Amino acid sequence: MAVLFKKIKNLEAQIDNYLDMVVKGGFLFKQGIKYFLEEQTEEFESRLVNIDTTESDADNLRRRIERRLYTETLIPESRGDVLGILESCDKVLNKTAETLHQFSVELPFILPEVKNYYLELTDISVLALEEMVAAVRSYFTDINHVRDHINKVQLYESESDKIAEKIKRIVFRSNIHLSQKIHMRYFALHIESIADEAEDVCDRLSIAAVKRFI
Amino acid sequence: MIWFYLLSGIFLGWSLGANDTANIFGTAVGTRMIRFRTAAIVTAVFVVLGAVISGEGASHTLGKLGAVNAIAGSFTVALAAAVTVAWMTKLKLPVSTSQAIVGAIIGWNFFTGSPTDINTLIKIVTTWVLCPLLAAAFAFVIYKITMAALPRSRVHLLKQDYYNRVGLLLVGAFGAYSLGANNIANVMGVFVPANPFTDISFSTLFTLSGTQQLFLLGAIAISVGVFTYSYRVMLTVGNDLFKLTPVAALVVVLSQSIVLFLFASKGLETWLASLGLPTIPLVPVSSSQAVIGAIVGIVLAKRGRGVNMKVLGKISSGWITTPVIAAVISFIALYFAQNVFEQKVVEPINETRIEIQHQNTQIDTLKNSIIYEFDLNEDINIKDSTKMIP
Repeated sequence: MAVLFKKIKNLEAQIDNYLDMVVKGGFLFKQGIKYFLEEQTEEFESRLVNIDTTESDADNLRRRIERRLYTETLIPESRGDVLGILESCDKVLNKTAETLHQFSVELPFILPEVKNYYLELTDISVLALEEMVAAVRSYFTDINHVRDHINKVQLYESESDKIAEKIKRIVFRSNIHLSQKIHMRYFALHIESIADEAEDVCDRLSIAAVKRFI
Repeated sequence: MIWFYLLSGIFLGWSLGANDTANIFGTAVGTRMIRFRTAAIVTAVFVVLGAVISGEGASHTLGKLGAVNAIAGSFTVALAAAVTVAWMTKLKLPVSTSQAIVGAIIGWNFFTGSPTDINTLIKIVTTWVLCPLLAAAFAFVIYKITMAALPRSRVHLLKQDYYNRVGLLLVGAFGAYSLGANNIANVMGVFVPANPFTDISFSTLFTLSGTQQLFLLGAIAISVGVFTYSYRVMLTVGNDLFKLTPVAALVVVLSQSIVLFLFASKGLETWLASLGLPTIPLVPVSSSQAVIGAIVGIVLAKRGRGVNMKVLGKISSGWITTPVIAAVISFIALYFAQNVFEQKVVEPINETRIEIQHQNTQIDTLKNSIIYEFDLNEDINIKDSTKMIP
C-alpha cells in the first residue's frame, strides 16, 4: 500500500506537470503573437520553437499518464473521464502551437488598426485556456469550484467571439485586397478557436464533475 | 466417523465462503480496486479470527432454538440446510444459509419431539426483518455524511482513490471478521451440543476450547470456499449485480459489516447490558440481505425512486419459504437417517433436563435484572438482583 501511495503521489505530480505545460503553451502563444505583431521575428521564432518543444513534451507526458492510469488500474470509475479531459486539453495546446506555426508560415498581413484587437483576442483566448486549466485542477482537488471556473471560461469565450467579430467588421470595411481580408479573418478565427476548444473541455468537465457525485 | 459427520458442516462452510464473501469484496475485486489474492487472504484470516474469537454468541441462540445433541442428527440438519441452499440457488430463489439452518433445526425439533422455543424463534425472525432495515439505515446515514464531507475535503481524486482502496481493505477485513463471527453459527452451530473436540491448552498462553476448534474447522472450510470458488462470484457481484461507485461500495460493505457485527458481538452485548441498555440479540443473519438493504439505503440517500419492490418482496418471501423448505427436507432426511441408515439422530433427554431447559427459557427473559443460580440437585435460588447471568 505504501508503494501504491508513492506511485499515486508521483502520478499526481505528473498530472500537475502536464497542466503546467498547457499553461506554458498559452503563455508562449501570447508572447509569440505579440512579437509577431511587433515584427520582432527572432523573438517570435524562438517562442515557436519553445511551444513546439512544450507541445511534444506534453504529448509524451499525457501518454505516460494515460498508460499508468490503465496499467495500474487507478480511479476505475473516473478513468475514462480523466483521459477524455486530458486529451481535450491536449487539443487546446495543439491549437496554440498550430496557430503560431500558421503565423510563421503564412506571414499574414495585419491592418495596423486591428493589431490591438488581435492582442486583445489573444489575451482573452489565453485567459480562457488558463481558466480551463484551473477548472481541470479543481476537478481533481476541489470539485465545488469547478463550476466557477467553467463560468469564467464561458464568459471569456463569448468575449473572444465579440472581439473577433469586431476585427472582421473593421477588416471587411477597409480598402484592401479581398485575399488579405480573408486571411485576417482566418487568423482571427484561429485565435478565437482556442477559447472555443477551452469551452469544449469545460463542457466535458462539467459532465464529469456531476458524474462523480451521482 | 466423526470427520464424516462433520462433512456436511464443512460443505456448508465451503458454500458460505464461495458465495457470501463475495458480498464483502465483490465490488472491490470486480472493479479491480483490490486484487483477488489480497481480498482472499484478508477474508480467510479475518473469517477465522471472527469465528474463533466471537462466533459463540450467535451459535448459542441457535442452540436455544434446538439443541441437536447427536452428531448424526447434526450432520443431517446441516446437510438439509446445505441441500436447501443449493437447491434454492439452482432454482434462482432468494436463499440465506442463516434461514436454512434455522428451518433445518426446527425440522429436527419436530422429528425428535423436542420443544421449539417460541421466544427464541420470534427473536430470530425479528432479527431477519431488522437486518436489511438496519443496513439500509446505516448506509443512508453514512452515505449522506460521506457525500457531504468528500467535496469539502479537497483531497486529490487520485488520493481519494487510494484512501478508498485502503478503506475497502480495512472495512473488508472488518466485514470478514463480522461474517465469521455471525455466520459460523450456520456452519458449525448445530454441531456444538454434540461437539467431538476437547479443550486444548497451549501452555499458559491460551486455551482453545472444543467449540473454538469446531469453529476453526468451519472457518477453514469458509476460507477454502473463498480461495476455490469465490472469484467468479465476486466478479458477478462486482460487475452485474450492482453498479456502485467505489465510495458507495465502501459504504455498502461498512453498513453490512456493522449490522453483522451488531448481531454477533458478545462484547457489545455485555457492554450494553452493563449500561442498562437493551441488548441486541446475537442471531445469525443473512449477509446478502444486509447488502441489499444497504444498497436500498444508498438509493434512498440519492433520492432515487428506483427501488425495485419486486426484489424486496422476494427477500421477504425468503424469510418464510427458506426455513419451511429446510424444515421439511430436514424432517425427511432425519427419518431416512434414523430408519434407513439406523443412525442415532437424538440423545434421549430425561424429564429433569427437560424441566430445567424449560425453566432456563423462562429465566432468560428476566436475565437482565435478576441472577439465578442453577444446581441440578437443588431448586432454583434467587441470589442477587443486580448481576447478570454469565
